[in-house]
Amino acid sequence: MAASPRTGAAFAPRSPLDLFLTFTALALQGFGGVLAIAQRELVERKRWLSREEFIEVYALSQLLPGPNIVTMALLLGDRFFGWRGAAAALAGMLGAPLAIVLVLAAGYVRFAELPAVADALRGMGAVAAGLIAGTAIKLIGGLRGNPLGVAGCAALVLATLVAVAILRVPLPWAVGGLGGLGWWLAWRRLRRAGEGQ
Amino acid sequence: MNALPLADLADLLGRLLVLSLLSIGGAMATAPELHRYLVDGRGWLDDATFSSAVALAQAAPGPNVLFVPLLGYQLAGLTGAFATLAGILLPSTLLSLSIGRWARAHRHTAGARAFTAGLAPVAIGLLLATGWLIARPYLANAGQRVGTLALIAITLGILLKTRVAPIWLLMLGALAGLLGLA
Repeated sequence: MAASPRTGAAFAPRSPLDLFLTFTALALQGFGGVLAIAQRELVERKRWLSREEFIEVYALSQLLPGPNIVTMALLLGDRFFGWRGAAAALAGMLGAPLAIVLVLAAGYVRFAELPAVADALRGMGAVAAGLIAGTAIKLIGGLRGNPLGVAGCAALVLATLVAVAILRVPLPWAVGGLGGLGWWLAWRRLRRAGEGQ
Repeated sequence: MNALPLADLADLLGRLLVLSLLSIGGAMATAPELHRYLVDGRGWLDDATFSSAVALAQAAPGPNVLFVPLLGYQLAGLTGAFATLAGILLPSTLLSLSIGRWARAHRHTAGARAFTAGLAPVAIGLLLATGWLIARPYLANAGQRVGTLALIAITLGILLKTRVAPIWLLMLGALAGLLGLA
């Protein structure tokens, strides 16, 4: 059990090519954010990751420098096939979308400023907001068994929501500060549970 | 397209390598600093070109970091695009990979387990906040409020209760937007 790198996940990608194609598909569906698509494909459909592992990689990628979804792709690729996997996931996440934006830019089309595109994007933006919120709700189940307990988890979820959405605390401070608090509280609980045995 | 001299491109690359390590909070967090350097400082790009690169990267599928190679493309063609993409990604990639490996190697220690457990609720709060921040500009506009709320409610219902792929919901949103419903 301790040696398994993927506790809780049922399957793994077959090859770096499999990773590349999967992340290409994710990136191309990711209008207004790739995260909701990634959760559905990687956790629910392909089952390469458990809910808990997905939250873990997401949280870590928020703390590390670099674009979050790109960092997630890197960490996941590395987890399965080391350097080759990281490179394959990165190429998948960036390759096709880069080609698309370069072709649009080369055509001198002010694509994003066309009225019809702006209308469509507004509708997609509303759906993207719902997708992200729905993904968060799905992932709440992954908190079961968390040493912070139901009350502790609920308090941290709410505090983060208020800090980032209402008080507009810069992300590194919010994640560093509240994440640090969560870390300290969980560490105390785990240590106390260890002494109790 | 005016190709930037090599010395200037090297100077830009140097800036990007440093910005890469500071890009905690995503690629868009580096946009104000890049604007200061490219538009206000050097005058290599005008305001409209900079904004349309950001808008295009946000509108197109894929990560928003692609606004950086778009700026590079405007400055020095495909060479500029690949050089700037490498510059903004290379340092953060190497650092993130080594920290990620270290974290995974130590994942069974009490410190690492506490780290994961403590950060998980924060990550979920962050996702909820992101949903709120994306929806807010649409909700602030009285004409779009009802349509936006309806789209969010439909999305939540379908996402949580069915196995319909998110891309279909995004297409539904695009259609609703085109029809002036949101």
